[in-house]
Amino acid sequence: MPSAVKSRKLARTTRTLAGTDKQLRKCPTGITGLDQITQGGLPWGRPALICGGAGCGKTLMAVEFIVRGATQFDEPGVFISFEETSEELARNVRSLGFDLDDLIRNKKLAMDFICVERGEVEETGEYDLEGLFVRLNYAIDSVKAKRIVLDTIESLFSGLSNTAILRAELRRLFRWLKEKGVTAVITGEKGDGSLTRQGIEEYVSDCVIMLDHRVHDQLSTRRLRVVKYRGSTHGTNEYPFIIDDQGISVLPVTSVGLDHPASTNRISSGIERLDTMLGGKGFFRGSSILVTGTAGSGKTSLAASFAHATCQSGGKCLYFGFVESPAQFIRNMRSIGLDMEPAIRKGLLLFHASRPTLYGLETHLTVMHRQIEQFKPSVVILDPVTNMVNAGLAEDVRSMLMRLMDHLKGKQITTFLTSLTQSGESFEQTEAMISSLIDTWLLVRDIELGGERNRCLYILKSRGMAHSNQIREFVLSRHGIELLNVYLGPAGVLTGSARLTQEAREQAEKSAGKQGVQRRRVEAEATGKALDAQIAALQAQAVAQALAVEQLRTEEQARQVQELADRSAMGRSRSADIAIVAPSSPVITKPLKGGHQ
Amino acid sequence: MTRARIKKPKTTTRPAAGSDLWDLRLYVAGLTPKSVAAFDNLKRMCKEYLKGKYRIEVIDLLLHPQLAKGDQILAIPTLVRKLPKPIKMVIGDLSDTERVLVAFDLRQRTAPTVHSELTPRVSRK
Repeated sequence: MPSAVKSRKLARTTRTLAGTDKQLRKCPTGITGLDQITQGGLPWGRPALICGGAGCGKTLMAVEFIVRGATQFDEPGVFISFEETSEELARNVRSLGFDLDDLIRNKKLAMDFICVERGEVEETGEYDLEGLFVRLNYAIDSVKAKRIVLDTIESLFSGLSNTAILRAELRRLFRWLKEKGVTAVITGEKGDGSLTRQGIEEYVSDCVIMLDHRVHDQLSTRRLRVVKYRGSTHGTNEYPFIIDDQGISVLPVTSVGLDHPASTNRISSGIERLDTMLGGKGFFRGSSILVTGTAGSGKTSLAASFAHATCQSGGKCLYFGFVESPAQFIRNMRSIGLDMEPAIRKGLLLFHASRPTLYGLETHLTVMHRQIEQFKPSVVILDPVTNMVNAGLAEDVRSMLMRLMDHLKGKQITTFLTSLTQSGESFEQTEAMISSLIDTWLLVRDIELGGERNRCLYILKSRGMAHSNQIREFVLSRHGIELLNVYLGPAGVLTGSARLTQEAREQAEKSAGKQGVQRRRVEAEATGKALDAQIAALQAQAVAQALAVEQLRTEEQARQVQELADRSAMGRSRSADIAIVAPSSPVITKPLKGGHQ
Repeated sequence: MTRARIKKPKTTTRPAAGSDLWDLRLYVAGLTPKSVAAFDNLKRMCKEYLKGKYRIEVIDLLLHPQLAKGDQILAIPTLVRKLPKPIKMVIGDLSDTERVLVAFDLRQRTAPTVHSELTPRVSRK
């Protein structure tokens, strides 16, 4: 039990505070949380007062003090009841798992019902309460008790009219109890303007604990406060507590410390591309993650995906749902391809569904704490925290969440919260005003475009890691959650069908362009070829022309040779003395050269 | 203490007719002055008003603490009238005889025997 450590710690604190004060011996109550607040328990061997209004749990706390003492600390106890008979009391506390009869049989507990009814008693002259002392003494000795409860001793005032005697006797009683060395718990009903009706806090001055049961907005919250504790430091706040089947649990949750460790370990968000956006590795372990978004933007799906991934990697996840029943949650998540049931069966996922209005905020907090203590999860999901506003004022919600997150961070439990943004509100504002407490803030929003709504996700902030600033389209399909790039182009940011259309159009445009180029190339090639052909044709023509020219020349020469031959034939025939020479022809003229000149 | 006599006197019994018998128990815790005074006052009163039909049992709770539970004793000294019914309790040293008589319904009637009807409670003060 850490109480021993606590009390040692306390002793140190006390010494430093009071200088010379010796270690004050404490008597652990065994009540969850109370020993932490009182730093070890009630003052040992002294009377302590538990006061409060009707129905605030005084008797129960007293019973638990005795029962825990007898069962956990081997300190037998005496329960003196002035209001209920032993049988009634035993019956009442049986529902909390306290078996008083068994303790009585084992000599761990002695009970006595002291009935004080004014009508039956006539007072004449001097008397004292030695009879009460005798009975207490007898009961204490019968079980060698170390603890005693007087519940509610103020009943004596209604039974006996001589208050002067009564007060003197009470003073004597408490002194006597101290001498006897038993740790006493005295309960007292709250009075007008004083802690107890008869002001017995004057006599029981070592330790006073006040219980309170307040109703705000039709929601009740039990609270406890250590009003005074002589010779010891103690928590001075009002601490909420709950009474359930395991007795009383007090929650000493404060948000004073900011010294929780910071892990560099990462855990996957369950969505690959989201992990990529978060520096490639996902969330920090022990960090707080908030998802805000409008109705139907997929916050629960993100939460479920995270839970699923956590359970798949063997971690334990505690899911507090405030809107859906477990069955509904499982069914809905199956529609996006997340089967939560195996994890629940394996005991890795605990789905705790409760209505926010079921009880007050502090009770919620206490219940959550208890669940967390018992389940020891590595991830806690609250879905959605905004519904908590139904259970209290926004300011209170904030304070409660802050304390919860502090507690979880201290335990290195990753917290995943979802928060509903009302339409018309700023997206970057959370109803519970917790954004400053958040390490990683994902924003899911609908973008309405082209006659449809599409989900988009981006990271508003993520402390301590390089993260993407891009908007991603967030698609829920039967295979789970997918993140897609949104269309970013000259036409702006497009999502969904608009993105698909735009992409298709671009594709078309692109291919159209491609075809045009090809066509032009073919055309150009064709033109080139045509030109080539033309060039060949012209060249062929030129060759033909040249041949023709040669032909003509040859013909000409032939004709000249012929003419010359004809002329010389004619000259011969006329018997001319001068030979007529044919004009130059390389072939024919050569032998005739001299003759022609 | 002074007079150790009264510690356990199963005193002054006159076994008179059953139903008329006044069965009185005086609870004390040791011989405190108050207890002694109460016993003296009781004896005197009985002699005067209940002659011959009373029985006083003195119980010292220091010797028999377990007996305190039965009659729901808180104050010392306490006088319990077991018989005649109904059971009546008077606490204190019985110095105010008048009030004791009123409490035991002896004041209105001079005869000490009457108790048959369930008398409405006499107003205190």
